[in-house]
Parts: sequence; structure tokens; C-alpha cells
Amino acid sequence: MRPVTVESGSRQRVLAARLVAPICIVGLVSAGVIVCTSGAHAAPAIATDAMEPAIGAVSVMADAAAGSEPTAAELFVRALLLRDPNTRVVLLGTSLLGGMSGIVGVFVLLRRRSLVGDVISHAALPGIAGGFLIAELLSHGTGKSLPILLTGAFVTGICGAICVLLIDRFSRVKSDAALAIVLSTFYGGGAVLLSVVQRTPSGAAAGLATYLNGKTASLLTSDVWMFAVSATVIIILTVMLFKELTLLCFDAEFAAACGWPVLLLDGVLMMLVAAVTIIGMQSVGMLLVVATLITPAAAARFWTNDIRTTTILAGGIGALSAAIGILLSAAFPRVAAGATIVLVAGVLFLISLLLGSRRRVLWRRWDHARQAARIARDDLLRAIYEQTERRAGDRPDGTVPEVSLATLQSVRNWSLHGLQHLTRWAVNAGLASPVGESSIRLTDAGLAAGRRLVRNHRLWELYLIQYADIAAGHVDHTADLIEHIVDPEIVDELERILEQQDRRHEVPDSPHAIGFAGG
Amino acid sequence: MAEDRSKPMNQATTAATQAAGRTSAALRDHPESSPLSIHDMTVAYQRRPVLWDVDYIAPQGRLVAIVGPNGAGKSTLIKAALDLIPKVSGDVRVFGRPYREQRGRVAYVPQRSSVDWDFPVSALDVVTTGLYRRIGWFRPVTRRWRTMARVALDRVGLADYASRQISQLSGGQQQRVFLARALVQDADLYLMDEPFAGVDAATERAIVALLQELRSAGQTALVVHHDLPTVREYFDDVLLLNMRLVAAGPVQDVFTDANLRATYGGKLSLLDQVGRQMAQ
Repeated sequence: MRPVTVESGSRQRVLAARLVAPICIVGLVSAGVIVCTSGAHAAPAIATDAMEPAIGAVSVMADAAAGSEPTAAELFVRALLLRDPNTRVVLLGTSLLGGMSGIVGVFVLLRRRSLVGDVISHAALPGIAGGFLIAELLSHGTGKSLPILLTGAFVTGICGAICVLLIDRFSRVKSDAALAIVLSTFYGGGAVLLSVVQRTPSGAAAGLATYLNGKTASLLTSDVWMFAVSATVIIILTVMLFKELTLLCFDAEFAAACGWPVLLLDGVLMMLVAAVTIIGMQSVGMLLVVATLITPAAAARFWTNDIRTTTILAGGIGALSAAIGILLSAAFPRVAAGATIVLVAGVLFLISLLLGSRRRVLWRRWDHARQAARIARDDLLRAIYEQTERRAGDRPDGTVPEVSLATLQSVRNWSLHGLQHLTRWAVNAGLASPVGESSIRLTDAGLAAGRRLVRNHRLWELYLIQYADIAAGHVDHTADLIEHIVDPEIVDELERILEQQDRRHEVPDSPHAIGFAGG
Repeated sequence: MAEDRSKPMNQATTAATQAAGRTSAALRDHPESSPLSIHDMTVAYQRRPVLWDVDYIAPQGRLVAIVGPNGAGKSTLIKAALDLIPKVSGDVRVFGRPYREQRGRVAYVPQRSSVDWDFPVSALDVVTTGLYRRIGWFRPVTRRWRTMARVALDRVGLADYASRQISQLSGGQQQRVFLARALVQDADLYLMDEPFAGVDAATERAIVALLQELRSAGQTALVVHHDLPTVREYFDDVLLLNMRLVAAGPVQDVFTDANLRATYGGKLSLLDQVGRQMAQ
């Protein structure tokens, strides 16, 4: 595993912490396994009768026997306090599944293969039904065995994914169409096989249909055991291949040029997805499993710009949504637990979308509005300053000439209302003083601010004209937008040009005539 | 040219095979001193040929511009040489040996637009991906490797931007991150796909300085280049390409009006621009 060196400096500590975190997750998984087993020992009901459904059903039955139906709140509190060992087992198992899905999902999302998980889960149906039929034909009574069903699901799931890749690569059909075709064809095939299975006497009792919607509420201790082991294996694999998968998702072409076996890595990623899908299918069901793969990863992207943190967060969100989903479904036993988990993940995604620190939609709107207001104010100051500059020659006594609103309106297509609003701001900010009803004059502060803005703006124009081969008449608009986002490096560049011209502390002349017609 | 295009593909293939079969010539065709030798390379996308019978031996320690109109197969030449896309025929050697034996000596700079710059990694992370092959399977990126990546970032003037997420870099800075990723590989041959495309003047100067640094270290760079007026200034050699190799060699011999006309066909406005540049 990752050697963790104690490094000086907070950055190193953060990095080290990020390396430790995956280990912690694996540790948690192992701890989970231990709790599961000890929980099973503590609960004779499970240890003695492992075939009995765990959560919900048991407790409801017990309470029904006691003669009173417990309220949802009571059930919820009981689940929350983990009083029921069965709840503990199911909670742990599904949380592990959720965490595992979230972690693998990050790479699926970044590789832009989100729908491949969907294809695999749908293409697994013919594998389940077919596996059952073949096993029953070979030896009666073996069809229900979980390993056979899962192997069948894995094989056809992978086949479906490969079909999509082949169609995408070797035909003119685009990948979205290929996905739709393969997904529905395999699922249709599965549905046909399933109807055949349902007509056989043993098939009707096999309960294969539970794979469609999952059976979270009736997970067995043995199922949870399997979840724990496979989740641990998958998480360890992902952590070991973290750097390889990152490169694959970021720049597969470069990876290939460096000699990485891109096809193999893609294959490994697909195997991971198939494993997650097929294991998760038993919990939330075939139709919804893709949500546990993609939603936590997509939600995590809203909170961070670092792939390591994204992965940890996605695992956390996946586990959290599974846990909350289970607790809710414990409170409302008749609600499908798998669907509840997916719904909770969706809510967490929505919260991340709106409030996430990285692309927070709400705050960005607010930011955008503020930026627009700033640009408008800068434009006003610049326009007044330029007109002041034009008239300065008419005032030999050195007083600052006033500028009428009508002149400003002829320079830019401001509405009278908007212009009045802006000039009110300038007056309030102490940058200008009103002269009569319809004129305005810059104060000293306003002159300084205007000079700074105009200098910056003209440097930009100069730069664009000199370096970017943009016709002089086209410059103004571009400059208006760019000057508010000046890169420090570019400013250095411009300073240098200015130094060469030896006019460092002056405002350079406008490289084009300042017209009234617009700008 | 039109005659050749109507020629069936398998004939071209046969010709290439025959040429490769001349074993006595094989060593001369792929000298060990040449960082990249291409022999009779033909590349086709599906059934549409993109490059025909390209023969080229790159000189060592020189800056080579790959020039040609859109769709001339400039990027394809690089990608086919790196085995990123299959060749219909042809033989490519790096320092006289097949590319897969020489990967450590070659660094590739893809087009900037080929990746998603919203990817959740920092500039430093991107540069370290150039070291992944040397780090090896399953092994984590340790401090030693990050230090190497920092040095490379410093060489392109981005030392202060190491921990910035790549979407927060300007286009020119992103291009320089890609260059740093190639530099950290410490290669002898650099293949760059349009590093000058859409970059600011500061980056353009930084890239030119870097190329000259590589040349003075005896390293070779093949650079897909779009801006004809700067070819003379930036490069030693030029390779004119339009589906087939039009001409290759030192800039002063090959970058002529006649050759450019043969490369670009009737696109006169472009040629006039170059003509004016040359007249100056």
C-alpha cells in the first residue's frame, strides 16, 4: 500500500492525509466485516436462521405479535439507535456498497462512460435468467445458486458493454444510439428469458424478479458478508490503480503514447463497473444501480477540484445516501429501500449542485450580477474620463471640465434611466459631483480612478493591436471584456511595453481616435 | 497526384512491402543517429487515405516545423509514428529501433484541445503524469517525483501555478503545462502537436525559448505549426505536407514560394501574406 512519510509543511500533511484516507476506508471496511460477524453472533435470530429476512419484516412481525403497530417515528428512532442487530447488518452492507459505487463511479464519470453502467446492469438480466435455465437443465435445483446467477449476470453484462464499444468503433452509429440499442435489446432478451423461467415450476419460486427492484430490506447476513469482501477488494484495487485510472480518464492518448495499455486499463475499469453493478443490483435493483454509481461522484465534483478528495467524498456521499436510505426505509417498511437510497443520493446531488463550493449555481449567479455591475461602473468612469480628457484643452486654467449626460449617452448606448442610476452611484462614491441637472464632473478621486482604468484599457488595446493582429476598429469591445480579467503575467507584459515607450506614469494616447459614434 | 489517388490501396501497400524488403537498404533507411525515420508510411481512416507513402528522416538536434493546410495529415503523421493510430503500411523507427523499444526517449505533446481541462487535477498533477511510466504500476507518486515535476513547471515559468486546478489556467498556461509534462520525461525527441495554437504572446516566447533550449541540448523537436510567417524565425528545418510529403529539409532551401504553392494549392491570399513577409 501507500507508504506515508511524515513531511514538513501543511501542504504535505494534507497530501499525506489524502493518502491515508483510502487506507482508512479499507480499514473501515474490515472493521465493518468484524462488526457484521459479531453482530451476527449477538443476534441468535440470524445465526440460527440465516434464511430469514433481516430488517423490517422481522421487526414488523415481532411488533405485530406484540399487538401494536409501531409508528414510523418509533421505527426510525429504533433504526437510528441501531438497537436492532439486523438493522446494523443491513446498514453496514448497503453503506459499503454505496461507498464502493461512489468511488468507482468517479472514474466512470471522468471517463465519460456513465451510461455503460446502465448498459451493464440491463444486459445482466439475460445472464441471470439464462444462467438459471442452463443450471436447471444441467442439474435440477441448482438454478437458484447465487454464484451461478451472478456469473451469468457478469458475462452478459460485460458482453453488452463490449457490444456498445464495438458498434461505436466499427460502425457509423453514434455511441448514444449504440447504448440505447444494446441496452434495450439485451433487456428485451432478458425479459423473454425471464417469462420462460417464470413458467417453470422451480423458476416461479426462484424469485429472480427481485433483481429488478432489489431486496435491500431482506438482505441476509451472508449477502452482507459478500458485500463487505467484494467492496474491500474493489476499493483496494481502485486505490492501487488510482494513478493509472486518473491518467486513463484525463488523457488516454498520451497514456497510450507513453506505453500504458489503454485497452487493458479500460477493460479493468469496465470489470470494476460490472462488479459494482452486479453486486449493487441485489441491493437497489438493476434499474437503479447506475444511480448509485454516478450520482455520488457527480455530487462530489461540486465540492472539490482535486481528484483524490473527489473520490473520498464520492465514497462518503455514496455510503451516506445508502445509510440514510436504509434508516428511512426502516421507518417506512412498505417503501422500497433501494429506491429510497437512490432518492436520497439525488437529494444530496441537488444540494451539492446548489451549494457546492466549486460551481455553486446560486452564488455564481450572484457573482455574475456583481461582475456585470462592476463592468458597467468602470465603463462609466472611463467614458467620463475620456470626455474630460478631450475637453481639458478648452480649460487653460486647469479646472476639470464637466461632461453632460447627453454626451455620455452618445458615446455608449446607455438608457437615460441606467445612466442616471450609474451617475448616482458615482456621486455617492465620491468619484464625481453633479453640475446642474444634466452634467457631471469628476472629483480628484474620480480622476485617479478614471486614469487607472483608461490606462489599463489603452494598454490592452495596444497589446491586442500589436500582438494579436486584430483590426484597430474591432478592438474596443474585446478590450472592454478582457480588461476586467487581467492576468498578472499579461500586466507584467504590458508594463514592459510601457517602459520601452518610457511613459510609465502617463496614460498613453488612445491607439485609435475616440469617436462619438460608439465603442 | 490525381493518378496516384485512383491507384488501389493494396498496390501502394505492396510497393511499401517491397521497399522494406530491401534489407541492405534497411539500415541506411533507418540510421541510428536519426531521432525519427519514416519509411513508406501510408495511413488511412477507414477507407479514406490521409497520408501516402511518406518518407522522411529527421535530422538530430534540429527544430523541425511540420507545415501544411488543414487536413494535410500533420497530426496524423505524429500519431501514426507513435502507434496511436494504425498504419496501412510503412516502417517507423526511433533512433534506428522500433518505437515501443524507445518510448523513454520520446515525449509527446498532444493538442491542447484533446483533453477536458475541467478535469479535477492540478497543474502539478498533470506534469507528474509524464512520470507515471517511470514510476511504474501500482506505485504511488512520492515527493521525489513531485519535485521533478516542480522543476519542469519552473522551466516553463509556471512554478507559482503548481497547485492551481487546470481549468483556472489561461490557454497559454495550459499549453505550457503540457510542455512541462513532456520536459519532465527528459526525452531526446519531442513531438508537439500545434503548441502555438491560440496562445498569448508571453507563452509563444516561452515556447520558442524552450525549443532553443532543447536544440542546444542536442535534442530534436518536430512541431506541427500553423503560422507560416514565423516558420523562418523559429525553426531550422521544415517538412511540407499535404497528404504526401511535398518537401523536407532546411528552411532556407525548402521553404520556397514554389514548394508552398505545391503544398497549399490555390490558396493565394495565404501565399501573398507569406510573400510579403519574405519580401521584408
